Amino acid sequence: MTASTQPNLRKLTPVVQPSVIVKIGKTMKPWGDSFIKNVLPALIVGAIFLLIWEWMTSSASATLPAPSKVISDTWELIVNPFYNHGGTDVGMGWQILASLERVAYGYTLAVIAGISLGVLVGQSTWAMRGLDPIFQILRTVPPLAWLPISLAAFQDSNPSAIFVIFITAIWPIIINTSVGIRNIPEDYRNVSRVLSLNGYEYFVKIMLPAAAPYIFTGLRIGIGLSWLAIVAAEMLIGGVGIGFFIWDAWNASMISDIVLALIYVGVVGFLLDRFIGFISTLVTRGTSAQ
Amino acid sequence: MSKHYLAIEGVNKTFGTGNKATCVLKDVNLNIEKGEYISIIGHSGCGKSTVLNIVAGLLSASKGGVILDGKEVNSPGPDRSVVFQNHSLLPWLTVYENVALAVNKTFKKTKTAKQRHDWILRSLEMVHMSHALDKRPAEISGGMKQRVGIARALAMEPKVLLLDEPFGALDALTRAHLQDEVMKIQAEINSTIIMITHDVDEAVLLSDRIVMMTNGPEATIGEILTIDLPKPRNRIELADDPKYNRYRREVLRFLYEKQRKIEPLSSAKKSDSINAQSNSKAVNA
Repeated sequence: MTASTQPNLRKLTPVVQPSVIVKIGKTMKPWGDSFIKNVLPALIVGAIFLLIWEWMTSSASATLPAPSKVISDTWELIVNPFYNHGGTDVGMGWQILASLERVAYGYTLAVIAGISLGVLVGQSTWAMRGLDPIFQILRTVPPLAWLPISLAAFQDSNPSAIFVIFITAIWPIIINTSVGIRNIPEDYRNVSRVLSLNGYEYFVKIMLPAAAPYIFTGLRIGIGLSWLAIVAAEMLIGGVGIGFFIWDAWNASMISDIVLALIYVGVVGFLLDRFIGFISTLVTRGTSAQ
Repeated sequence: MSKHYLAIEGVNKTFGTGNKATCVLKDVNLNIEKGEYISIIGHSGCGKSTVLNIVAGLLSASKGGVILDGKEVNSPGPDRSVVFQNHSLLPWLTVYENVALAVNKTFKKTKTAKQRHDWILRSLEMVHMSHALDKRPAEISGGMKQRVGIARALAMEPKVLLLDEPFGALDALTRAHLQDEVMKIQAEINSTIIMITHDVDEAVLLSDRIVMMTNGPEATIGEILTIDLPKPRNRIELADDPKYNRYRREVLRFLYEKQRKIEPLSSAKKSDSINAQSNSKAVNA
């Protein structure tokens, strides 16, 4: 045994090592390529943007802070995202989490109600004729216009903000779900009829997967809209949240804080969108490949 | 009760109501015995698919009915499984899962999980698709998709297998290959098959009887041709067989002479009516 393995090892060692190096080199090279192709342009444009911003706001009479001033002004906020001095005086991390929590409640409710209503409208012609005109009118109402009426209904700011998120996110979810269900190919319905699938089996095994790409389009638009709406709604209702933080900073004339908050809002909105997009690609792998 | 295995009795089908009503099928009668391979051939729009859908239960007849093995057909069911023209596999399921959906539903009570699993594998083996169990439909070729479609239909152990132009979307070589396979499977399990086709060679090669339909509207069965060729049939040997060629000629004659499809072009219609007028004048004179 040992006699036979010994020469093998000796033979293999010098061969293996260069091939490993080649492998690493091969995997490194595309990484470098993709960096040059995808990341570098964004870095260059970002740097140019910052330079122009710095240059335009460098004069003494400038009304907005330069990027360098934003960083020096808000350094405390950047390095301490999770401080808590009580009341609304908490770190940016807490502010964003508070906003995200409201979005999570409102959006979850919108997903449940939106997909259910979308299935109903997609399945039943009668429901579509009855509900579609109402949806088409209500969906054009701007999110903030719902705030006074929800304050009147709930008599409390937090549920009102959650309702505004709900009512903002629900329309694209309803509409896309119903279109997805209407577009299920007749063949799939025939397959389910030949197999004699019952209503529940049809719903789970055919309808949801077939409509999934459409549903996820609605979900993705919905999350974007709800993040847009929460910032505006929080400006009006107050309390902890990134929206009120911006409003508060404006009242205290801390423009640098506003700039920082806007960057955070943008990044979080981007991440939310990508998150739903990621789930979508996981779930609809097979369907969209057709 | 009919003594035939499958009886299509006096089937009429009208689509629409009132002025817009069009009678697609009129008085279609056909008796099929167990283990028979029937092809239905005719020009497009003659209601072949309507007949198949009525047998499948996907459409209901306006008049008349279908009796299968002593029971009237009034809804779709796994005893009449269909292979659709465009395979109709569910794209989010793998090959195995597509067949499993049918098998698990049909044999939920009569077979154990192990038996069902074996039966799924056996069905896919029959169409030579065992190598692609975990592939999704988008990852396999058109011919393979249709094989899986056939496996799904066969796996339900139907009393009658309905093929709706099953090879229509395939290239000629793949089609020939699948035809051979269907012949082999039919010889093996002696299933009763109704197949819709446009292809004269396919009809003569595979069928025991060819049902030729007249042009619609109010289409009905024009002629039935019994193909008395011994099975198994070989397409290469049959190419020079005088009997085979005679059958072919008969179907062609039906399609292109007796039931020549008149294209509904407005100019053609006009000249036809002018001719008809002049003819009638000539007769009167």
